[in-house]
Amino acid sequence: MFMNEGQHWAKLWHWLDERLGLTDIVKLVRKKEVPVHRHTIWYYLGGMTLFLFMIQVTSGILLLLYYRPSAEEAFESIQFLMTSVEFGWLIRSIHSWAANLMVFTLFVHFFSVLLLKAYRAPREVSWLSGMGLLALTLTFGFTGYLLPWNELAYFATRVGTEIPGSVPLVGPFLRRLLRGGDDVTGATLTRFYGIHVAILPALTTLFLGLHLFLVQKHGMSVPPDVERSGGAKNMMPFFPNFLLRDIVGWLTALAILAALAGYFPAELGKKADPFQPAPAGIKPEWYFMFMFQTLKLLPSYILGIEGEVIGIVGFGVAGLFFFLVPFLDREEGQRWSDVLTWIGLAAIAYMIVLTAIGYLVSPTK
Amino acid sequence: MAEAMLGPEPSRRNFLNWFLSTTAGAFLLSVIYPVSRYLVPPKVEESTSRTVTLSVKPAEVKPNSGQIFRFGSQPAILVRTPAGELRAFSAVCTHLACIVQYRQDLSHVWCACHNGHFDLNGQNIAGPPPRPLERFAVNVRGDQVVVSKGA
Repeated sequence: MFMNEGQHWAKLWHWLDERLGLTDIVKLVRKKEVPVHRHTIWYYLGGMTLFLFMIQVTSGILLLLYYRPSAEEAFESIQFLMTSVEFGWLIRSIHSWAANLMVFTLFVHFFSVLLLKAYRAPREVSWLSGMGLLALTLTFGFTGYLLPWNELAYFATRVGTEIPGSVPLVGPFLRRLLRGGDDVTGATLTRFYGIHVAILPALTTLFLGLHLFLVQKHGMSVPPDVERSGGAKNMMPFFPNFLLRDIVGWLTALAILAALAGYFPAELGKKADPFQPAPAGIKPEWYFMFMFQTLKLLPSYILGIEGEVIGIVGFGVAGLFFFLVPFLDREEGQRWSDVLTWIGLAAIAYMIVLTAIGYLVSPTK
Repeated sequence: MAEAMLGPEPSRRNFLNWFLSTTAGAFLLSVIYPVSRYLVPPKVEESTSRTVTLSVKPAEVKPNSGQIFRFGSQPAILVRTPAGELRAFSAVCTHLACIVQYRQDLSHVWCACHNGHFDLNGQNIAGPPPRPLERFAVNVRGDQVVVSKGA
């Protein structure tokens, strides 16, 4: 029997459908709809973060082929990657810039979900898994920062691991556990490497799976003010309408990423030396700047307690507060809900102002 | 009568549940314990040396300058004050453990990480550091600088 090409594909589809249940998936995708209202734009941020994460996975795997995780070889292997490997500079710059963009879109996603109150029942677990992903992403950033084993990375890690070290009671134990010893050494580098390329990706896969499953299960949340004015007037099919708009966002992110990586390649700096003073003007990644600047401004003692302990415990309490937001913001009580909105806005303002101070104030003052 | 006949049944179930859950618990413990011990790094012998002879000669350390040297496994700083006196301190900032440096423009010790200032006695005088730097004794023996811990 003679079959044209269309029939071949139909036959293949039928064969696969019988074995994989493709028709069910198609039905599910067709059924999915996205509400259209004046806040719809914020729905794109999660997908954009996911897209940048995929870029991180891909570029990270490529970097693994040349990177050597030891104090003796790490810096040199990246030097080799940047100078001798064709497009090595590009892959590393993409990894470094996509990390920054991903943290940025993730923060925007976090605050938009917070302010639009998308964490309300039944989406509490979506929120908790999202907070887990936020913590994992910041840990990715912190552990990845050390891997080039340069001066900045060395001191950022000394300070960063000293911070949990000043937590009362368990501090010294935590510090040793994180550093793989009493000081930041090659043992810390190996440990961070293992965390960065194996433990965090495994945990992220689990949290991301749960997060995406819950987004499918519950659909998009409609913000309270839209709900009060009678709900979303229109719905947009996810496939292809929303997905195509998503792709426009991804391509925009990709264009920005390519421009940044091309024009501002990642720097390597000087190799870490545990017997050199911290260089003037040392600072962490921008997304830790507000915490860094807070620790810099706190006096040595507040009410008889060491300033840094107050700062660290304060950030811990703030983190816990945002983690538990779905359970603090119950249905009843519009006023309390407004207070939470103002707390969210205050947090954004605090982060922006402290970050700006961090970049504008002279480092030697 | 019927209840009496049913009686032994739930208790057998209870026993089996208890038995299975303690077995599962023991199994989990036997996995978690070695893994958690494995994650804690072993203690490494700390250098017990209380004295170190520096490779630098006293005459090479100019007034109003400082340099980092190795004291066992820890960094320390040797300072010659503008008045010409040699002093040594731990170079680990008491705030968040960055390594301090000597600022010639201020003529005192400074930590770049969080803007901590220490005077020439190691006292924390400005910024977030909560404690002074540990001070070491400096002795010049002929052509050698000898730094020692404790008095």
